[in-house]
Amino acid sequence: MGVEGIGAKVLRKEDRRFITGMGRYTDDMSVPGMKHAAFVRSPHAHARIVSIDASAARDMPGFVEFLDGQQLKADGIGNIICGWQVTSKDGSPMKMGAYPALADQIVRYVGQPIGIVIGDTQAQARDAAEAVMIEYEELPVVVKGPDAIKEGAPQLHPEAENNISFDWEIGDAEATAKAFENPAKVVRLDILNNRLSPNPIEPRATLGHYNPAEDHYTCYTTSQNPHVARLVMSAFYNVAPEHKLRVIAPDVGGGFGAKIYIYPEEIVCLWASKRALVPVKWASDRTEAFLTDAHGRDHVSDVEMALDADHRILGLRVNTIANLGAYMSLFSSATPTYLYATLLSGQYNIPAIYANVKGVYTNTAPVDAYRGAGRPEATFLIERTMETAARELGISPADFRRINFIRSFPHQTPVIMNYDTGDFEATMEAAMKTIDVAGFEARRAEAKARGKLRGLGMSCYIEACGIAPSKAVGSLGAGVGLWESAEIRVNPVGTIEVLTGSHSHGQGHETTFAQVVAQRFGVSVDNIQIVHGDTDKVQFGMGTYGSRSGAVGCSAISKALDKVEAKAKKIGAHLLEADEGDIVIENGEVKVAGTDKKLAWHEVCLSAYTGHNLPDGMEPGLKEGAFYDPQNFTFPAGTYICEVEVDPETGVTEIIDFVAADDFGNIINPMIVEGQVHGGLAQGIGQALMEGVNYDETGQLVTASYMDYAMPRAWDLPMFKVETLVTPCTTNPLGLKGCGEAGAIGSPPAVINAITDAIGNNDLTMPATPEKVWNAINAVA
Amino acid sequence: MTVNGRNVAGECEDRTLLVHFLRETLHLTGTHVGCDTSQCGACVVHLDGKAVKSCSMLAVQASGSHVTTIEGIAKGQDLSAVQTAFKEHHGLQCGYCTPGMIMTVTDMISRHGSELDEATVREELDGNICRCTGYHNIVKAALDAASKMGARAVAAE
Repeated sequence: MGVEGIGAKVLRKEDRRFITGMGRYTDDMSVPGMKHAAFVRSPHAHARIVSIDASAARDMPGFVEFLDGQQLKADGIGNIICGWQVTSKDGSPMKMGAYPALADQIVRYVGQPIGIVIGDTQAQARDAAEAVMIEYEELPVVVKGPDAIKEGAPQLHPEAENNISFDWEIGDAEATAKAFENPAKVVRLDILNNRLSPNPIEPRATLGHYNPAEDHYTCYTTSQNPHVARLVMSAFYNVAPEHKLRVIAPDVGGGFGAKIYIYPEEIVCLWASKRALVPVKWASDRTEAFLTDAHGRDHVSDVEMALDADHRILGLRVNTIANLGAYMSLFSSATPTYLYATLLSGQYNIPAIYANVKGVYTNTAPVDAYRGAGRPEATFLIERTMETAARELGISPADFRRINFIRSFPHQTPVIMNYDTGDFEATMEAAMKTIDVAGFEARRAEAKARGKLRGLGMSCYIEACGIAPSKAVGSLGAGVGLWESAEIRVNPVGTIEVLTGSHSHGQGHETTFAQVVAQRFGVSVDNIQIVHGDTDKVQFGMGTYGSRSGAVGCSAISKALDKVEAKAKKIGAHLLEADEGDIVIENGEVKVAGTDKKLAWHEVCLSAYTGHNLPDGMEPGLKEGAFYDPQNFTFPAGTYICEVEVDPETGVTEIIDFVAADDFGNIINPMIVEGQVHGGLAQGIGQALMEGVNYDETGQLVTASYMDYAMPRAWDLPMFKVETLVTPCTTNPLGLKGCGEAGAIGSPPAVINAITDAIGNNDLTMPATPEKVWNAINAVA
Repeated sequence: MTVNGRNVAGECEDRTLLVHFLRETLHLTGTHVGCDTSQCGACVVHLDGKAVKSCSMLAVQASGSHVTTIEGIAKGQDLSAVQTAFKEHHGLQCGYCTPGMIMTVTDMISRHGSELDEATVREELDGNICRCTGYHNIVKAALDAASKMGARAVAAE
């Protein structure tokens, strides 16, 4: 490893603009003549729109325009789509309820947009939006997944009988039934996975700008995948033709999944800009974010695990009801199916697995991928079951896992996945050593003497990143390929621009991607520029989500670098009159191996562009592109251990210690990887202890601000102990597995296993608020 | 009012919040808005030397005051000790909460100096929410900046 190459702790190139206030986010953008938008939203969870009267709004100061769903429909703007077609177990396609960007007949969740008001200022637009009078006929409401499929439940969509979008299965039902025929023991659990709001601190925003002189559209937006936004807005929503639409996602203040999807506001602002012939900017406030950003999780499951007399797992049976919300968001069908149930084997040899997932509609905001997307739900279910089984068997949770660990690779699970590598025992041993499991009972006794309850909880997670290959996901219903593209532009002076379809919104790509290039040629990271987030600059890309930017995005860069290297070597060999096979490029020099013959990197680059002395028939220039389609998912895995202390008087849980031992394969920048783990842990601990989206029975969101939705604060969290072990991924060129989501995937069960260990009551749901913990303590006292 | 050492004047509606005046009238967009309830702290600036949430006061209330925003915390090209510590300790990811964090931490260090400890940092960050870092590296950055600024103060004596 060089000082700036792969594996080096390089400080972030992008930091300076952020720490000096020079970051440029969507809401910081302004263009001449720009006006501001406010959305008129439904105050009801389920209602028929009887009439809309904007006459009072039109008289308000600064009013520019009001547009509603009828006009949207008349202009041929298409309904919002779900990009992954899931097939039910009876062979029928999922049932998608029509989802217009502005509701024109029925509203199905509080906050659903009905109209847009454009005003001179944001405050004036909001004032005018409040003056739009809408008459509603209220309809009955259902908010919980299990309630939605009960007989007599209010029906949301004519397309979806009993509110079921899909009734999907995976695994072998017969083999699993057989595993339960004569087991030594069966462990059963009911599992709730609480509904969350992703909460990037930058609220969503968009600036739609139609230029009538050029008949051209520009959309600034808070997106994790601007090219996907452009494709979907042109091909499916008919907002603008793809070749006339430029989508720019500038600095984006966190995503966590919530900024993958193409939301009504982006579509409507761009369309409204053409209708009103003014640039239109909309910036969400936090309450709108809680109401309309896609939520995450919200599963209700039951699980059964069959064991033999030697404590080996024989089979696993799972039933899950996944709350989809009122409409299907872009990947909402894939999240509780292919991103969830395919991980139900965990780190364990399980011969037979069967899972049934029902995706159901309710009068709540759409639910989609949030950091981890399906894998946290699978991990929580498996790891709660593992810990429960160990307790019921009276053996240590570590020993029970040791008995069942997968130890040879590649390993084919009964639920599609083929794990390429891993060393699950190694990460578990590392975590146990760091947290000093051996000394825990003494610490528990010491705490008890102070009247406190100490507990230790473990979670051994495995997840899947870099979802692929495109052919495989296509056969499972994906509407897009899941490859990535890269272009390497070497300038005549030897500096390098990397154009990538990945998008950085906190992950530090401007540094880590530059390190990948620095490693290859020995060019300083200061001489490498990463370009992303603009469809006019980067040809195409699938964006950043699912921890794919390393495993897929960097693989595309690596592939393009191969081509640049090959051409540079040809030029070097020609100039140095040497054999191409003898040329090496390192430390910024192009050398003939074993001799002192060499050229500086920039001399070769300049030669490529002067074209004065190139091999016969070679094109000038040094620029190459590549598309990379992975052969397989990658499988990060590890063990997290949490130690808690509970105050039995108050039910308050304090995280005393938290250890993460992860195997992410090879690592480009350990500082950035640790940062990703820290952030993921905070979100996972937040889910376990305090976060929860709550609707009341009328479908009103009662957690719609930071006063009501508990975000983890600095005092809620400890200093984390993070370490990494490496088994390189075998299916991509750099051996990377991905690190963006593991923290949020692995941590919730560790926390709940620790609290239930401390209080001696296994019956505890997330978020484990002091009230719930106190009640759980007193239920067994 | 004075903003980052310069006299500024501007017209705004009575109801305009200080944060909107800074962002929209003065085009100082480094100060961010992350919530509607004065919880997130992305909008923290210094008003007459003290950290305040610029979403919690009207622009007219700041008339005649000295305001420092994130754009004014460095001395020319020289980053402040807190800015440097955030970079060196990877105390930021997406950067959105970062201006508010830096303004809050700078204020914290001005009051506690090198005596600043982890518990105090965590307690005093209660008004600043970060979704990316888990606060781990922000706390490290704050403590490092405090010790360096403290050492500098001692050296100056």
